[in-house]
Amino acid sequence: MKKLALSNLNSLYNAINDKMKLYLPIENNGAVNFGEYSDGANVNLNKMTIKSAKDAFFPQCEDLSNFKKEGKHIIVEQGELVSENFVIFGVRACDVRAFHILDTVFLEGYLDTFYEARRKHGIVISLSCNKPEESCFCSNFGIDPAEPKGDVESYITDGYMYFNPVTQKGAEFMAQFDSLFENSDDKAVKELQVKIGDIVGKLPLSNLPLNEFGGDKLDALFNRPEWQGLSESCIGCGTCTYVCPTCQCYDVKDYKTNTGVKRFRCWDSCMRKDFTMMAHGTNRPSHLQRFRQRFMHKLVYHPANHNGEFSCVGCGRCVAKCPVSMNIVKVMKTLGGNK
Amino acid sequence: MQGLELKLKERLQKLLDDGTVDCVIGWTKGEFIYDVTPAIFTKESGLDGFVYNSFCGANLSKYLVSQITSDKKFAVILKPCDTYSMNQLITEHRVNRENIYIIGVGCSGHIDIDKVKAQGVSGITNVIDNDNNIIINSIYGDSKIEKASVLLSKCQSCKGSELKISDEIIGEGIKTPTCDERFDGVKKLEAMTAEERFAFWKSELSKCIRCNACRNICPACTCRTCVFDNARSNVAAKANATEFEEKMFHIIRAFHVAGRCTDCGECSRVCPQSIPLHLLNRKFIKDINEFYGDYQAGEESNQRNPLVNFTESDIEATVISDKEGK
Ligand code: SF4
Ligand code: SF4
Ligand code: SF4
Ligand code: SF4
Ligand code: SF4
Repeated sequence: MKKLALSNLNSLYNAINDKMKLYLPIENNGAVNFGEYSDGANVNLNKMTIKSAKDAFFPQCEDLSNFKKEGKHIIVEQGELVSENFVIFGVRACDVRAFHILDTVFLEGYLDTFYEARRKHGIVISLSCNKPEESCFCSNFGIDPAEPKGDVESYITDGYMYFNPVTQKGAEFMAQFDSLFENSDDKAVKELQVKIGDIVGKLPLSNLPLNEFGGDKLDALFNRPEWQGLSESCIGCGTCTYVCPTCQCYDVKDYKTNTGVKRFRCWDSCMRKDFTMMAHGTNRPSHLQRFRQRFMHKLVYHPANHNGEFSCVGCGRCVAKCPVSMNIVKVMKTLGGNK
Repeated sequence: MQGLELKLKERLQKLLDDGTVDCVIGWTKGEFIYDVTPAIFTKESGLDGFVYNSFCGANLSKYLVSQITSDKKFAVILKPCDTYSMNQLITEHRVNRENIYIIGVGCSGHIDIDKVKAQGVSGITNVIDNDNNIIINSIYGDSKIEKASVLLSKCQSCKGSELKISDEIIGEGIKTPTCDERFDGVKKLEAMTAEERFAFWKSELSKCIRCNACRNICPACTCRTCVFDNARSNVAAKANATEFEEKMFHIIRAFHVAGRCTDCGECSRVCPQSIPLHLLNRKFIKDINEFYGDYQAGEESNQRNPLVNFTESDIEATVISDKEGK
């Protein structure tokens, strides 16, 4: 284990930034989101980011290809794949697990080359959660905020930041900056982990009825009458899907430029009216159907297709950010019968 | 507040029982004291879980838009500021007044949980509202905060305690202590140079994730298909691909609600990125006041807004260059 005085953190940021792009939580007008580091950036590692870390590998908007006309030919240019290493720093345990969930979608079976390139070149430096919030419920999914995983795990305690390489990639990364670190035992970190464990035990949402959900629960849940009342509260905005680290739907669109056509993709949301719109129309014409899709996907369809794993990591962003406080916890408690 | 909740519940139960209404649009309790959810209660479901507390800041009037073709009768709870939106919706024929029974509720301001959290409180398990201050219990210990400092921004520039439309009134209200005068923020922006103003909005709007919460919550945004959802409109978009698009969405929305926006404050309240959207709308309101005389959208039903009401004394278009773009 290595450590670095918190007062020297900026020198680490600058050293990384000299070698490769560095993304980390930056505060801008009161809102903390992952952003690209530049000297003097207002880094804030204490607050949960509003958007998740997902953009690092699956950005909200990305160019896929360009079409140009040259004489009688149409030239197709492939969008550029990321080819240089970059670092995403200060990622919490829930978001790290979310990367794994995105991997199962974008890397297994059908291979998404854009995602794959980013994943290959991205180095994930995670950070433990010293003060989980009341909206956090990651422990339901076997995630431990005191052991955030990733390529390198980090911890802040006692005026120091501690670093512990987890993967080969992480160890190689640490080696590049070895001169900045001091060697350390893991005593302070162990103490911190015990403290975090105590807090997690006190979190109010740590006991969700997960047994009522899963890949085999389609028939039991699909036509439940409670969807009506739950969906009536929802204003169908899409905030929950855009702040969610595991939401993975995107839309592919063509855009006419002065010289040809640009094809890009951007995040989509099952809460939107034109979600999966096809030539014949949409197969989810009602608000209830679209609302149900989000929760059935996280709690039934995803586990059915990916070894029983739920595609919610309990980060609580949708809990904190829904304009009308409707969220997956309320859906689970209502349908799971402990409300 | 608890007394008010009881009174409301009793009265609503009567209205359901005697058949005055079939449904109630109110709030249902959440996991915490502050995450109450707007909900529709029916005669069959009863008022189980009904709640009314300091966190019922959401404006329920828009929930009636999707019920316009329903033959059911709805009771709805509206705070003074929400009644402006109701009037505006009636004016625009977006709700069916005949099927709505409005319970106006006296108000003394609602709390913004994000402001509580911004003061460094987390792990919140309970909040006790003592009118002047609030006590917060959290897994990290208890704390006490002055209530005025954590009121919703819309409450900090409260339009007043008068209910502009209602079928009956429950509870007494007071105008919340005004922390900022309504147009102070706009005046600050007007005093900036064009470059400074551009930089301000560029920085704020760069946070926008196009979640559409501001649009979907807005009682003035009731188009069945928004221009930004219409694939044939050429401006439809699900993400801000460029800096230009970041601004376009908001500028167009502000124009579309100009003269109709009641300044209900919902857009700013719901923005997950805390973008001060009310400053855009208030700029329009301030200009309309200056150009056409004081006007408040939703003051009453069926008024004509100055932007669709030509008079000979209307200002000339040259006002824009006369004011040097301010
Ligand atoms: S559904 Fe909500 S809690 Fe679950 S991962 Fe997504 S944002 Fe987080
Ligand atoms: S849900 Fe909360 S406690 Fe759990 S890993 Fe995420 S931020 Fe940390
Ligand atoms: S659940 Fe909440 S955040 Fe999600 S679409 Fe509905 S209203 Fe918006
Ligand atoms: S609510 Fe905020 S983040 Fe969402 S679209 Fe509106 S301005 Fe953008
Ligand atoms: S624009 Fe904002 S303040 Fe105006 S009516 Fe809509 S939600 Fe309310």
